[in-house]
Amino acid sequence: MSGGESAAYVYALTRPFPAGAVRELRGVGEHPVRLVAEDDLVAVTSAVPLREYDEDALKAKLEDLDWLEAVARAHNRVVDEVARHAVTLPLRLATVYRGDDRVREMLRDGRHRFGAALSRLAGRVEWGVKVYADPAASSSAPGPSGTPQTEARESPGKAYLRRRREQRQRRDDTWEQATGLVREVDEALRGLAEAREQHRPQHVRLTGERGENVLNAAYLVPAERSQPFLDAVARLRERAPGGTRIEVSGPWVPYSFASVADEPAAETAGGAAGGPADAGRRAGAGGGPSEGAP
Amino acid sequence: MTEPTPWRSQTTAVQPSGGGSNLADVLERVLDKGVVIAGDIKINLLDIELLTIKLRLLVASVDKAKEMGIDWWEHDPALSSAAAREEDELALENRRLRDHIAALEGEDAPALRAGGVEADRAAARQRRQAEERER
Repeated sequence: MSGGESAAYVYALTRPFPAGAVRELRGVGEHPVRLVAEDDLVAVTSAVPLREYDEDALKAKLEDLDWLEAVARAHNRVVDEVARHAVTLPLRLATVYRGDDRVREMLRDGRHRFGAALSRLAGRVEWGVKVYADPAASSSAPGPSGTPQTEARESPGKAYLRRRREQRQRRDDTWEQATGLVREVDEALRGLAEAREQHRPQHVRLTGERGENVLNAAYLVPAERSQPFLDAVARLRERAPGGTRIEVSGPWVPYSFASVADEPAAETAGGAAGGPADAGRRAGAGGGPSEGAP
Repeated sequence: MTEPTPWRSQTTAVQPSGGGSNLADVLERVLDKGVVIAGDIKINLLDIELLTIKLRLLVASVDKAKEMGIDWWEHDPALSSAAAREEDELALENRRLRDHIAALEGEDAPALRAGGVEADRAAARQRRQAEERER
């Protein structure tokens, strides 16, 4: 591929590791994965045809579900694989440069902040935890009054109203219990994690899950503390009231915690911002926005 | 190599999310999380159709979603360019209506003072004209 025709799709930044480890690995569009190194930083890339990844092409293709799914899964696959060999800072989908020289330039320019982010994520994994509330699933439980389905001298109208009342009661109970469970889960897991990020609840109608997704959170956990974390989830799950459900995904490369400082702090405010901004920046420098109490 | 961390080694006991993970979980991360570095190709996922993508992506296919009667993103301007166009028209119409109302209210005041039938007729005429212009 000649220079003008090809672009560099970047999956992730890492510390150096033997290139042989990814020799067989294929990325987006089945293109081979190549490492572009600059000093002690490595960009994990694929050479892709520029015409397929320029602004216009991407705009059009991002609308194409099949394409998007293939690219997203390929992106995640490469990130996952690379993370087996070195600490990995995953980039957002479709980060594209006009050639390796530009990639090296990016690595040089961001050396410090990338380095800081890599150090923060080294040895950490991300666990995704979701809580679902599903009133329908608790229907087998007896109603609050413990009444059986039929009552001897109950008129159809009364029976209907009673059933409706019980249904509503069940729904209210489930929500209340789910809310309590969310608090309990989050408190317990937060204590075992270094940081936590809340994702938007997923639309269950679209994911095909049952019930309503009431908590969708990600926890940053040192890899060696994964087992205690999962044990805690298992304990929570045992105690989860009927109609609620806890699900775990992972371990993920810590996508949800892969932020880098925007710019060198000294440059950002330029003296214009007052004290609060400074305080915020200092707090943020510690390790991401997620650490503060809500 | 400051961080020689084969970090997966500790977690082999757990079933890895790997390639079989739920598409929504993958997309949530690769589209929404992960480090944003301005590449040479300027594509602001957040700006453009990202939401479309994100939502539509959560379904196996758009056609399937439509079969299931799930097409609400088509009516959300943030998610669909067609809806965005409708929204523009709607906004335009709203602005026109607001202008009319302001104009009518401005005239109503003297009309009320005069208490004249003529004023009412004028207002009605204006309303009709406004309606016609909407068409």
